[in-house]
Amino acid sequence: MTTATPTVGVGAQATEPTTRGARVRKRLNSRTATLVSIVIAVLWTIPTFGLFISSIRPENEIKTTGWWTFFSNPQITLENYQEVLFSRGSSGQLASYFINSLAITIPSVLFPLAFASLAAYALAWMNFKGRDWVYIGIFALQIVPLQMALVPLLRFFSTGVTVAGVQIMPAWDLVDEQKFAQVWFAHTCFALPFAVFLLHNFISQLPGDLMEAARVDGATHPKIFRTIVLPLITPALAAFGIFQFLWVWNDLLVALIFAGGGDETAPMTVRLAELAGTRGNEWQRLTAGAFVSIVVPLVVFLSLQRFFVRGLLAGSVKG
Amino acid sequence: MEFDFAAEQPKFLMLMYGLIAFVAVVGGLLLLLDVVPSFFARRREAQLVAASASGAPLPRRRKQGEGAFAFFFLLPTLLLLAIGLVVPAIRTTLLSFMDSGSNDWVGLDNYRWMFAEDSIVRVLINTLIWVLLVPLVATGFGLIYAVLVDKARFEAVAKSLIFLPMAISFVGASIIWKFVYAYRGEGDQIGLLNQIVVSLGGEPKQWLLDSPLNTFLLIVIMVWIQAGFAMVVLSAAIKAIPADIVEAARLDGTTPWQMFWRITMPSIRPALIVVVVTLSIATLKVFDIVRTATNGNYDTNVIATEMYNQAFRYQENGQGSALAVFLFILVIPIVIYQIRNLRKQREG
Repeated sequence: MTTATPTVGVGAQATEPTTRGARVRKRLNSRTATLVSIVIAVLWTIPTFGLFISSIRPENEIKTTGWWTFFSNPQITLENYQEVLFSRGSSGQLASYFINSLAITIPSVLFPLAFASLAAYALAWMNFKGRDWVYIGIFALQIVPLQMALVPLLRFFSTGVTVAGVQIMPAWDLVDEQKFAQVWFAHTCFALPFAVFLLHNFISQLPGDLMEAARVDGATHPKIFRTIVLPLITPALAAFGIFQFLWVWNDLLVALIFAGGGDETAPMTVRLAELAGTRGNEWQRLTAGAFVSIVVPLVVFLSLQRFFVRGLLAGSVKG
Repeated sequence: MEFDFAAEQPKFLMLMYGLIAFVAVVGGLLLLLDVVPSFFARRREAQLVAASASGAPLPRRRKQGEGAFAFFFLLPTLLLLAIGLVVPAIRTTLLSFMDSGSNDWVGLDNYRWMFAEDSIVRVLINTLIWVLLVPLVATGFGLIYAVLVDKARFEAVAKSLIFLPMAISFVGASIIWKFVYAYRGEGDQIGLLNQIVVSLGGEPKQWLLDSPLNTFLLIVIMVWIQAGFAMVVLSAAIKAIPADIVEAARLDGTTPWQMFWRITMPSIRPALIVVVVTLSIATLKVFDIVRTATNGNYDTNVIATEMYNQAFRYQENGQGSALAVFLFILVIPIVIYQIRNLRKQREG
């Protein structure tokens, strides 16, 4: 300690002049740093901002002038929203699709949540033969792109299962809004590998003493699961719930294939993609429509960001 | 208002059926698992009481296996995975060796077609451009931003600004950016990009029709969405760097530049790899952006959109399946790399 003191003193004296230079450089550095980060932040925000401003401008204005002229000539209308949400036929009717999105999303979040937490509990705290292999199998399924499953799964719904000429399962033959069931089914299947993996990460880290104590008290597995595990893993459930919610609400591919394109079942993403393709210049509808579809996930996301980030880190960094 | 609320009622009814099914299945399963064992427990108790009353030797307790319990806990998941993923994936692999109607075996024809057809080769090249660019650029932006705003005054707000696009659907993001790229022949421009070009004295153009530039413009959309993901994960990794290392480096008088390359980068290497791998896999499967922005026209197609077109628009099941299998094959080396990396990390 005593031998170290002089060297520190010398060091401080010697670096005295350079620190001032360093301080100036540091301030400059932090100024460029601030500038660069502001530029990135603006670049990332402007497109969404422009869309929002446009969605509240009158149709004629949107189509003839840029949205940045709004500030010199502010005209506000809600007509675009009115039109895209409620008018019948090809021009919008987005309210109907909004309900479809809700009807698709809620069960598609609940089912994998329940099934995966049951499975994750069994894989973490029950002893049975081949447990590790089952877990590795489910884990490995994460890498199968869902494209691999689309054609046969659609055939499973439309023609049922036939083995060697014998009909084992009939076709589902769903019409109109019944097709929601197909979408729920597909989303649940595709979500399970990741859900089991994420929840297993959390459940397996619960203290073993707790389980042991409950077992000694004579609690059965279902009871431990309900009364001890579920309350403890609520943050993980929330994390996965938000994940799955955003994924399903924003999904286009699965809905396109399993829900069809009609207003009975198709969610908003399908409708918007269709509008963007067939009416690419109807910006008053596209901007308002896009904003309607963005609002719900944005609210969910902002209010539950904490859980989402935690889930993201647990899912990607650990695994 | 012409909106007919009554017409929407069947949907709510269906949603209710779905929720009832959920409660029935999950509740039923838990109830089943609760009631059955407690029934056996009670019977055993009664046996014990009877045995002790009659003075007979206590019946030996059978070793209780948990296999039956575990089976029921795992049943829904395993069943759904088998029906929804495992069997379909195997069938898709088989279909990729069959013709468009899945009637006859055609060997490797579908794969040969993939590399012989000019338009499909173009699709493969596009996908390659996507996979090379998106992970690098998105991670780059995410990393720069994470370093710059680390410990800044408005860190939380600054981070959510970049993170926000993650909540927006790919479809919504594509519309947002299509609006940025919008073009008008005469009069004022309404798209921001063309406006900038015009104000710099250039000629406005139809950006999305211009190959190969349009592919890069679509890549911008993906980068815009995914940079937030990279930023969050990397930011967490940066914060996890032990404070004493940073402090020691600072005492040694390292410049921020040296600090970044010698301290930050080596410390967050594992997180960087995870981000790049995750983004690569996500980029390989990109579908929504291309479909919404250009519908795969003007030479912007990628594997996932072409797979959709072949299988579901042209009813070419064989060729569609071959593309799906190829996508899977492309993912495998990335995953193996990540697993090996993780193992190395764990061994220290």
